[in-house]
Amino acid sequence: MSMPYYVSPEQMMKDRADFARKGIARGRSLVAMQYQEGIAIIAENPSNTLRKISEIYDRIAFAGVGKYNEFDQLRVLGVRAADLKGYQFSREDVDARSLANQYAQMIGQVFTHEVKPLEVEILIAELGKSAETDQLFHVMFDGTVLDERNFIVIGGDPESIAHKIAQSFVASQSLRACISLARAALSPAEMPLAASDLEVAVLQRNGNRRCFKRITEAQLTNLLD
Amino acid sequence: MNFLRFSADQDPGANFGELLKRVGLSPFSTIPHSLLEDMPHATTCVAVRCIDGVVMGGDRRATSGNLISHRGMEKVVQADEFSGVAIAGAAGPAMEMVKLFQLQIEHYEKVEGQALSLEGKANQLSMFVRNNLPAAMQGLMVVPIFAGYDTDIGQGRIWDYDATGGRYEEKDFVATGSGQLHASTVLRVSWRRDITTTQAVELVSRALWEASDADSATGGPDLLRGIYPIVATITETGFSQIDDSTLASIYSTITTGVQQR
Repeated sequence: MSMPYYVSPEQMMKDRADFARKGIARGRSLVAMQYQEGIAIIAENPSNTLRKISEIYDRIAFAGVGKYNEFDQLRVLGVRAADLKGYQFSREDVDARSLANQYAQMIGQVFTHEVKPLEVEILIAELGKSAETDQLFHVMFDGTVLDERNFIVIGGDPESIAHKIAQSFVASQSLRACISLARAALSPAEMPLAASDLEVAVLQRNGNRRCFKRITEAQLTNLLD
Repeated sequence: MNFLRFSADQDPGANFGELLKRVGLSPFSTIPHSLLEDMPHATTCVAVRCIDGVVMGGDRRATSGNLISHRGMEKVVQADEFSGVAIAGAAGPAMEMVKLFQLQIEHYEKVEGQALSLEGKANQLSMFVRNNLPAAMQGLMVVPIFAGYDTDIGQGRIWDYDATGGRYEEKDFVATGSGQLHASTVLRVSWRRDITTTQAVELVSRALWEASDADSATGGPDLLRGIYPIVATITETGFSQIDDSTLASIYSTITTGVQQR
């Protein structure tokens, strides 16, 4: 007769967290930070088609690290939820905080109830009317939500990258300075990342309704010079 | 805000209209006959191809029977960066259709990560018109014009529709609404294939003038209140609306010309 085996809840949670953390740490990092005109998101991403950063709504951007198929699914859920809310109520009623909470609930639910936790961490950025009201939310693989100021680093080895950025971060930096700071922090010590290894998008306070803008590789090459 | 999850066969993909149906929010449903009397109706809209792209125009009047219900309705609306919709027909469903169409284009672009082609947008609008058919049968007809600058081939393109969702691409110009006949006569007489954008703006303004002069449901330039028709150009640089001061001077030329007839 086989014995039913017992795993303590602590052990189970720890195993799941380790599993998810390992999956996420294998991937590359991304950084979101404030600059002069808004929020810039810079990711190490050699692919030019499989995006890590994308638009959710007029002033809200999404970025994910970890397993592509998992965070891409989360992205589509976010676009749907936001567009429906905007249609039902008004465009102003769509906000990053409620979206981040919704993501947290779902990711947390998967973490405790499903066979495999999601191996993703996501970032929700909302551009405020002014730099003081910008919002950056970080949702972890277990559903923990963190509300950050000025900048966030997620995926890979976030501590050391965040440490490098904190040393020379100023909220009033130009886009050029912001991207080169992010590149320096994301690059391995031996060689700096090239424009083709980076994916950059900004939420820009430009007076338009849709504030999300991708920086093309050509623009990026120019900015990195 | 709730996350909605669909099984594979129920998944609406990038289609916002289908998504609305799944959640029971679709605005395309039948409307009781009793409500149909005295619904505001919107009228004349035109679109003209010119060498740099297209020019669209629409008057501002909405009528309920013999009453003017709105003087400032905007029937020419930007759909996205390089396209616009002009709407004639029942104002309520028409505005809802435009709103939904704008959302659909944006929703598709966000979900799929790239924008629909101009042809794709025109096709999408035809499905919206077809979905509205039950309401159209009851009198809530919506007949749009879709126009845009096709960045792939570098020229303007226009489409008109019928109430069943039939989609017809036009090579030169198109007019819709109750003042259609008068407006399209003006266009037919003066349109040339090498017409410039500035000339096309003047031509559109004149077509709307003649329509308003002969059709009671089409509004002319309202000098008292400073309300002018909406005229917009869509070219390589995108959608841009002609400002009122330019229109004021165009209309003063037209009215002076009419006085001297």
